[in-house]
Amino acid sequence: MPDASTQSSTVLLDSRAVERTLKRMADAIVELNEGTAGLMLVGIQRRGVQLADRLATFMKASEGSAPRRGALDITLYRDDLQTVGPRPVVGPTDIPGIIDGSIVVIVDDVLYTGRTVRAALDELADFGRPARIALAVLVDRGGRELPIHADVVGKRVDLAPEQRVDVLVEELDGRDAVVVVTPSRGGGSGGGPA
Amino acid sequence: MTSTLGKDLLAIEPLTADQIRLILDTAEPFKEISERAIKKVPALRGSTVVNLFFEPSTRTRISFEFAEKRLSADTVNVASSGSSVSKGETLVDTARNLEAMRIDMVVIRHGESGAAQFLAERIESTVINAGDGTHEHPTQGLLDLLTLRDHFGDLRGVRVCICGDVLHSRVARSNIWGLQKLGAEVAVCGPRSLLPNAIAEFGVKVFDRIDAAMEWAQALNVLRLQLERMTAGYIPSLREYNRVFGVTSERLARLKNRLIILHPGPMNRGVEIDSDVADGPHSVILNQVTNGVAVRMAVLYLLAGGRPELAEAAKSGAVRADR
Repeated sequence: MPDASTQSSTVLLDSRAVERTLKRMADAIVELNEGTAGLMLVGIQRRGVQLADRLATFMKASEGSAPRRGALDITLYRDDLQTVGPRPVVGPTDIPGIIDGSIVVIVDDVLYTGRTVRAALDELADFGRPARIALAVLVDRGGRELPIHADVVGKRVDLAPEQRVDVLVEELDGRDAVVVVTPSRGGGSGGGPA
Repeated sequence: MTSTLGKDLLAIEPLTADQIRLILDTAEPFKEISERAIKKVPALRGSTVVNLFFEPSTRTRISFEFAEKRLSADTVNVASSGSSVSKGETLVDTARNLEAMRIDMVVIRHGESGAAQFLAERIESTVINAGDGTHEHPTQGLLDLLTLRDHFGDLRGVRVCICGDVLHSRVARSNIWGLQKLGAEVAVCGPRSLLPNAIAEFGVKVFDRIDAAMEWAQALNVLRLQLERMTAGYIPSLREYNRVFGVTSERLARLKNRLIILHPGPMNRGVEIDSDVADGPHSVILNQVTNGVAVRMAVLYLLAGGRPELAEAAKSGAVRADR
């Protein structure tokens, strides 16, 4: 990762904008599901879990009842597990109750290649057979490598492969923000295909 | 292969406290996998693990096999009887032949201390020690640490007494090293004939009386009297042993403090531990068994390591981070 002196950061969403965006996403999910009955929000570790909690809070305020929530860590389902160096840290997975017949909404912070969502779909299938699975992301930055699309998107932005999106949430980072990090030159050592 | 633990897991003694904590922390999310309806994740898909057991074992072998299968590894079990080992093939020849069939890991249980290390120095595959002679049984030590950590949260300052046949016990050695590295206070208690002469060099407290040990301790790890390894008259009789060193419900009832009881199994009920203690509210013996699968999954996952050379091969960047 390039150090601070060779990169610049631009704020894409500040904390007010993050809150407005999440509120709009919560409404869109309720719309999609026609209420919160049978709905389950499953956040992807790590920041998707906090975002799912926020969405649920907004839904409780508007609909009177919060949907069920779960957390998914997809590390063990990654398609590059055999090639990454030191083993990635595995976080907790918690899918309470039965998901068969539910409407499951996967919540993640950033949608990029789609590989995380592919892994999440595989993992969810090991827990049961929901009636429908939808995808809600705070930021869609383009650059898909798999045929995956989001049903609810907070903010769409087209970024070059060497750029990075950092989503900060108050619970883990002390503040809410979405920041785009751009290396000044010659960055993107892990860069994607042209 | 690279891994934060190195190529092999041979003993707890050479591990750092951070490495031990990494294994225990990694075991936490693995507990949940065994509670799922489909108890399987694809993490070790395509890896082949050979379980090479030169000594009889039920619990450890099955626990390793569950751990391997729940991570989607392919497993082969080789026992000393019914294999070419019984025809006199050496350990290294057996392992090299297996390696020639392109395996990734060997889990070995052997009656000789140092057998796991001997093997690890001679083959390229990852070696996991599942108990070697009276040396160490690192995954048992780790699952004991996890069970104690589940109960006490932090092991610093927690008083743990290892009771019984310390002399023949690889579990005792793995426990002493691991507990001390995580900051616990460790004691041993047993007849002098079943304690190593150099026990003082381990830096542990020694109790001659089980009642004193039980008053001091917050947790007892009661070892199995290893009757099969006892070639000389270490104890007068089993009944005598139970009377003097047995963890009995009468002794527990006299205690003011509350303690938990661990046993690595298999138990000699009525010898080192009474049946109603083993099945009673103080016992965390079955938690140990459950934790054993999670700890072994963590060890397999961490040691399986990544192969960055595969990423190099895909150097067009086809494998890029999903951000």
